[in-house]
Amino acid sequence: MPETLTPESIAGAAYIVAALLFILSLAGLSRHETARAGVGYGIAGMAIALTATIWVTVQDAWGEPGSLLGLVLLVVTVLIGGSIGLWRARIVEMTGMPELIALLHSFVGLAAVIVGWNGHLDPPALEGALADIHHAEVFIGIFIGGVTFTGSIVAFLKLSARMKSAPLVLPGKNVMNLGALVVFVALTVWYVMDSQLWLLVVVTALAFALGWHLVASIGGGDMPVVISMLNSYSGWAAAAAGFLLNNDLLIVTGALVGSSGAYLSYIMCKAMNRSFISVIAGGFGIEAPAKGDTDLGEYREIQATDAAELLKSAERVVITPGYGMAVAQAQYPVADLTHKLRERGVDVRFGIHPVAGRLPGHMNVLLAEAKVPYDIVEEMDEINDDLATTSVVLVIGANDTVNPAAAEDPGSPIAGMPVLRVWEAENVIVFKRSMASGYAGVPNPLFYRENAQMLFGDAKDRVEDILKAL
Amino acid sequence: MTRIGVVTEQGSETRVAATPATVKQLIGLGYEVAVEAGAGERSSFPDDAYVAAGASIVPTAEAITSDIVLKVNAPTDDEIAQLRPGTTLVSLLSPALRPDLLEALSARGVTAIALDAVPRISRAQSMDVLSSMANIAGYRAVVEAAHEFGRFFTGQVTAAGKVPPAKVLVAGAGVAGLAAIGAASSLGAIVRATDPRPEVADQVKSIGGEYLKVEVDEVMQSTDGYAKATSEAYDRRAAEIYSEQAADVDIIITTALIPGRPAPRLITAADVASMRPGSVIVDMAAGMGGNVEGSVAGERVVTPNGVVILGYTDLASRLPTQASQLYATNLVNLVKLLTPGKDGQLVIDFDDIVQRSVTVVRDGETTWPPPPVQVSAAPAAGSATKADAAASAAEPKPKRQLTPAGRAGLIALGIAGLFLLNAFAPQPLPQHITVFVLAVVAGFYVISKVAHALHTPLMSVTNAISGIIIVGAIVQVTSEVPAVQVLASIAILIASINVFGGFAVTRRMLSMFAKGDRVSS
Repeated sequence: MPETLTPESIAGAAYIVAALLFILSLAGLSRHETARAGVGYGIAGMAIALTATIWVTVQDAWGEPGSLLGLVLLVVTVLIGGSIGLWRARIVEMTGMPELIALLHSFVGLAAVIVGWNGHLDPPALEGALADIHHAEVFIGIFIGGVTFTGSIVAFLKLSARMKSAPLVLPGKNVMNLGALVVFVALTVWYVMDSQLWLLVVVTALAFALGWHLVASIGGGDMPVVISMLNSYSGWAAAAAGFLLNNDLLIVTGALVGSSGAYLSYIMCKAMNRSFISVIAGGFGIEAPAKGDTDLGEYREIQATDAAELLKSAERVVITPGYGMAVAQAQYPVADLTHKLRERGVDVRFGIHPVAGRLPGHMNVLLAEAKVPYDIVEEMDEINDDLATTSVVLVIGANDTVNPAAAEDPGSPIAGMPVLRVWEAENVIVFKRSMASGYAGVPNPLFYRENAQMLFGDAKDRVEDILKAL
Repeated sequence: MTRIGVVTEQGSETRVAATPATVKQLIGLGYEVAVEAGAGERSSFPDDAYVAAGASIVPTAEAITSDIVLKVNAPTDDEIAQLRPGTTLVSLLSPALRPDLLEALSARGVTAIALDAVPRISRAQSMDVLSSMANIAGYRAVVEAAHEFGRFFTGQVTAAGKVPPAKVLVAGAGVAGLAAIGAASSLGAIVRATDPRPEVADQVKSIGGEYLKVEVDEVMQSTDGYAKATSEAYDRRAAEIYSEQAADVDIIITTALIPGRPAPRLITAADVASMRPGSVIVDMAAGMGGNVEGSVAGERVVTPNGVVILGYTDLASRLPTQASQLYATNLVNLVKLLTPGKDGQLVIDFDDIVQRSVTVVRDGETTWPPPPVQVSAAPAAGSATKADAAASAAEPKPKRQLTPAGRAGLIALGIAGLFLLNAFAPQPLPQHITVFVLAVVAGFYVISKVAHALHTPLMSVTNAISGIIIVGAIVQVTSEVPAVQVLASIAILIASINVFGGFAVTRRMLSMFAKGDRVSS
């Protein structure tokens, strides 16, 4: 075999192909028309990358006694992991998607930590500056992976309601976060000079603690941004592992995921009028409302039958769903309602706030699941100007995203956040379980407006009642 | 105090630019209103009603010399001569068709606002006079046709025999066409409609009409909300449809107009000749050259085979009270926009697309045509966000009100840092950093135009892709150190959950996204 065609060179070529396929995949996922092809590219890229890696590994390890066990382990673990993954993906409810994605992020984080540890336990033969660089890479990789791991775990726990979603407010939390970073830098320098195992233990613990604290101090209402941010972190963790292992594929792919995730978070921060840095730094949770007990007046109740009457005579209806619709699994009856009203000639559209739900695009996924055509599902900016000429707005399980205080009360904790101006419509019907305040803990003056009426109860049951009345 | 003058219309015009109700609103905006004596008479708004609403009744010369003059039709030469320089005139002006008028107005040194130049965007709907007048005209066209038509619209079975329902064809399903379809079908007729824009099919159906599709392999895409000229193949097929329909239907109402061009000829003399005696055609485009061969603007024509062709151009004015009411309300909405302080001070903001579009002459200077307005939502913000993204790619730290120079400095600093790092680091680090930086930039650009609805699938696919960490673990699993082997296996296990689960769940999500027309009920 000629010198130029080694297993390594072939793998390197395969990695380029895989990296390009990943870029195509992300680009494809940006548009509806190409989204499916995008997933195909991603799978192809992953298949090529895995095949090439496994082949090179087998080539290298063949015949060495200790390595055979490794190969067996490789096959077994991929099979087990793959089947678990496929199984979870098949049974997960669309409403449980945020939790699943958060959990998957944590896996990447943990894997990055392990790869870093292995880098210490089985170091390559390096000398001088290269050895120092390797040490720094091990340290940084473990740190980013650790933060991603516990951060994702906390996000998972909060989303699946196993943990209180209210933000954790420790005294001096910013100092703590900053302190952790300073300690990390100091430890890195120490480790580069003297690579002791106990330093790795300390930095792992530090990263775990920091990840936990970062996400714990963010309120549940801001989870969409957090998930996107963790997505970005998991990419950076993979990139760090790439530096550590001298593997360009890991670097390219990790950087792609990292930067696209960061940009997605940035888009969402803009939509919520938040500063990008305060998200990355964590702990931008909303403070407790200062004036929760102001008298907002009386709210009025409406029954499902009356709501049905109102909808029958309406010309234009806009539905603004929120997390409540997901919780109640109301997307199917809502889709039915949409269909019925459209058959009657009512112009029904959906207005989706950029951060409705618990992860970006959450509502779109649910509505798509229930077969609501996506061309009547509109973004906030597209629909906001039309709300004033809308006969009826149905607010289904949304609260903070339709809160007039954001636009009108400069003292409100959510002041300045762009919201759906549903209160401009002729009638607003709010589906709600009780008069409790929303995720952000901010009272909503919308409920007390003269054109607003409350329809209490489980969103799914109430929508079904309306369907019956129609 | 700024005075608004409402002038009596000249000639046969029956409408008036303000009603007692809108006078009240104008006064609420801080203006003083002077109505010319008898201005509202032909719309059944007596002078008393204006006085009760708070206006003063004044002679012509006084109304037309006000600071702001409200009219319906474009001013005559006489009227222009009476306007004071500096006056703001608001009326229908057809700026695209009447360059002479714009010239005269600018020579007079006035500011002219054309209500018929309101762009077709959602925000400006409340001022869209063309739509509200078209709505009235469409309704009236049906009423005129019913008046000429010798039979019922609705079908009946009576003791005196069976009456078949009338068949109506409406050409063009714009605002006027839709109003005509609605009016005719509520009278009980069978209504069919044609339009080159297939997306109006649902609208036609929703108000009781049947949409006749012209089957050719092209789709009209309208970016400004109006219909456009069509291709040859389309026209040939459409002509066949009109010929077939003409022989079948009793009433044809044509509404086809293309802005800035003569009306398209839809119904030929042969089509008209094939219609039954007693049939009625209303050519709503007669004033623009006519959709029907043989129609005469403003006239009622009877063909040799007994078909009545109505070419009335004043259909909206034939419903004067209604038309005045809607016109005046549109006008008040515009004045509201131009009076942001509600203090009786008219302010024209050229940065506002609506205000820019309607102002055709400003202080004696012609400002027509305005820059084009796109109705379809276009990703106009794309370039701006991209620039932001590039900035934050190079410098992900917060930009708290950085000056452009400061920002450029930070970027330069970052680039210099990268340069030094790459120049001094030993191989293979520089190569890795190069790859890394390029990939970061690619990541930003590749998703910069992501559709909002696809955020979740995108995130789950990037999640699956970040499972690439499995490659790192695979490389390590054949190590000779047993502890490393065990750890690496664990990493492979969880990373493969991520890879397989992530792709599978994304596929599942995407299979749910469907566009409306593919959804079965």
